[in-house]
Amino acid sequence: MRKQAKFGVGIGVIVAAMGFLAWLGYGESKTYYHTIAELPTLTGSAKSQRMRVGGTVAPGSIHHVTGRIDFVLEGEGKTLPVSYIGSDPLPDTFVDKSQALVEGHSNADGRFVAEVVQAKCASKYEAAPGGTGGAAASSAQRTSM
Amino acid sequence: MDIFGSFALVLAFVCAVYAFGGGIAAIFTRHPLLIKSTRQAGMAACGLIFLATFSLEYLFFSDNFANAYVVAHSNRDLSTFYKVAALWSGQEGSLLFWSFLLAVYVLSVLITYRNKNGELMPYVGVVMAGVQIFFLTLNNFVASPFKALASPGADGVLNYVARADGSGLNPLLQYPEMVIHPPNLYSGYTGFTIPFAFALGALLARYPGEKWIHLTRKWTMIAWMFQSMGILLGAHWAYAVLGWGGYWGWDPVENASFLPWLTGTAFLHSVMMQEKRGMMKVWNVWLVFCTFLLCILGTFLTRSGIVSSVHAFAQSSIGSWFVGFLVVIVAVCLGAYLKNRDYLKSENQLDSIISRESSFLFNNLILLVSCVAILSGTLFPVFSEWITGNRISVGAPFFNKVNIPIGLLLLFLTGVGPLLAWRKTSTESLKRNFGWPLGIGLIAGVIALVFGFREIYSWVCLILCVFVASTVGLEFYRGAKVIRARSGATYMASAVDLTMRNTRRYGGYIVHMGMVFVFIGLSGAAFNRDLQKDMQVGQTMQIGPYSLLLQGFDSKPEKNYTAQRMLVEVLRDKKPIMMLYPEKRHFSTNEQNGTMVAIYSTLKEDLYVVYAGDSPDTQLPVLHAYLNPLVKWIWLGGAVVVFGTLVAMLPNRRAVLVLTGAQQPATQPLTHGLTPSVTMREGHD
Repeated sequence: MRKQAKFGVGIGVIVAAMGFLAWLGYGESKTYYHTIAELPTLTGSAKSQRMRVGGTVAPGSIHHVTGRIDFVLEGEGKTLPVSYIGSDPLPDTFVDKSQALVEGHSNADGRFVAEVVQAKCASKYEAAPGGTGGAAASSAQRTSM
Repeated sequence: MDIFGSFALVLAFVCAVYAFGGGIAAIFTRHPLLIKSTRQAGMAACGLIFLATFSLEYLFFSDNFANAYVVAHSNRDLSTFYKVAALWSGQEGSLLFWSFLLAVYVLSVLITYRNKNGELMPYVGVVMAGVQIFFLTLNNFVASPFKALASPGADGVLNYVARADGSGLNPLLQYPEMVIHPPNLYSGYTGFTIPFAFALGALLARYPGEKWIHLTRKWTMIAWMFQSMGILLGAHWAYAVLGWGGYWGWDPVENASFLPWLTGTAFLHSVMMQEKRGMMKVWNVWLVFCTFLLCILGTFLTRSGIVSSVHAFAQSSIGSWFVGFLVVIVAVCLGAYLKNRDYLKSENQLDSIISRESSFLFNNLILLVSCVAILSGTLFPVFSEWITGNRISVGAPFFNKVNIPIGLLLLFLTGVGPLLAWRKTSTESLKRNFGWPLGIGLIAGVIALVFGFREIYSWVCLILCVFVASTVGLEFYRGAKVIRARSGATYMASAVDLTMRNTRRYGGYIVHMGMVFVFIGLSGAAFNRDLQKDMQVGQTMQIGPYSLLLQGFDSKPEKNYTAQRMLVEVLRDKKPIMMLYPEKRHFSTNEQNGTMVAIYSTLKEDLYVVYAGDSPDTQLPVLHAYLNPLVKWIWLGGAVVVFGTLVAMLPNRRAVLVLTGAQQPATQPLTHGLTPSVTMREGHD
């Protein structure tokens, strides 16, 4: 076999293998973003997808119930009841009127079941410099590597 | 002082524009006075940026709460240490800090080469000034840190006002790493401007390839070293402050800092192909271009908040400026390349698949694949919205799936690459160089299997780590043995001597060793455990070999916050080892809370304890304990990498010294171009 062809095959195998793995990882972890207003309009399979929804925590709506934490997210004039069922404690910045991002599934009765909650105090937030801005922003639970 | 600062910034802008425009004129006219004056304008711009930065820092130290930026990021009780860091805690200040660090680099380059490389420097000066103009535009006209607070008076006229106190620094940033991490990372980001300026300048000037590569090597290494430190310090900060037990979450901004590191690493390796064999010229130029583009992209992602939903809170108009700048850079690079691409012709072709060249080629390939995978994963929400209208994000599984095999492949090449010969490697030398290391690695693998090691990736990682460490060790041993035979010194002294004779090669090995340590640390993540429990005083909790006994609580008022501490005694085999004090901090200035993790760290594992708040059910405090094996190796590896990079930057102690005869078996034909492991030549191996 010609040398160039050998290299071509080697490169092709690596790229194809990585592409396949990337595709697997994509299928496993893809998450849709939706706004609170969009949620009721979703139909079919879109309803059961894993998704992220952002909004503001309604004042006074945070209630601790055994095994979960309930609260209400507001955005674009709509509201969304959320139950947080994750095991990690909520971040320090998760309080009334803070902006929060929930990740999980929508229930049949319209309640959102969140496994992850990220929060940031809206009035004060500024991205941190450099590589940690994102990390700073999420004083929140994340899936570890 | 704020007027002084903003005036200095305007003047710096004017100087940079002169350095840029005058520089272009100087390239065409070759007028010596014009060349000199543009160089001096470049220096003046740097000096003025220093003045502006110091005056902003002065505003922080003098508690000048008439300045909007100071009000937003400081307060009277903030300690001196953090008042320094407050400079880069927000948008405007970080951008000024970018300009500041860039100015440090630019000034060093202008001074270092003021009487050298006459044909090239005007081009380099113009490129550097161009980058400075962009950031000074932001500093002056888009995000000025010198805005004063004002409010309209009764007559409707704006009057200056001053606050009694500022609203304080974000508690997450009040941590020692936050003082050193951003400067490191920013030094990396800005530092890659210099190789970029040389690459683009050389391409425009059709300057000989080996020369610009040689000139930029040190600058690239400096930037690369800072980038590495910045990434690891950021990871350590995330580990020690955020309290989620991990150090890397594939957050868009983390990724952004990792991307230029990948291409920069690829560049540091592939330049050797160009130096030795005159190959990969196009590739190298584009690697430098891409690295710089990724640095700007990284700054853009951090500052604009386009990607992460969490960052969506920090949306700002600054994004369009960066997009514009990226487009301009791409256009200029592409134009320069198309115009002068004939000058980048390769002088050689690849000879064999088992050769140094091909190992570099594959090293570059997988670094690039990793870079593309991370970049596409990071920008996925943006592109999916463009194409399908849905914002779709991908999470950690996506990144891990691709990057873990890539990391292992890279680790393998780390061991193999440096010992392969240029052009073609004989089976003979493969056996000689890899027989022992491969054997030791496999033995380690078998032992691990016997002891019940069942995580496949970690197992492969272990074998490779042992393998790479053995190849590096063997290299030092063989080289030291030759020197020892001549000088009679100890092995240790001979190894040091060996390193100093060819700092680039052996410094490189030290860096590789550091990477092995980092990989050891990363492989531990497969065995992480954690446990969470509501604790009453006097109760214990068992994790791994440790018992955690909650002895009580206390409250510690500090100057800027009040800390609620858990007093946790750590016992092992019923014997007390130490006390840990995980904290919850309450910052009164801005009514924010912070968490302070307590870590008991050994080489074997980290015991990582978080005061996770009070349980909603029982009202009891919750203790969250993690047992993270081997994490310390990551930080240790980082230190070794930095040390190795510094060694590689040292000049060689002694000039050319070829010991080939002493080492080479007589049967080995030299014509193979085989570089025996202890051949000491001028340090460009």
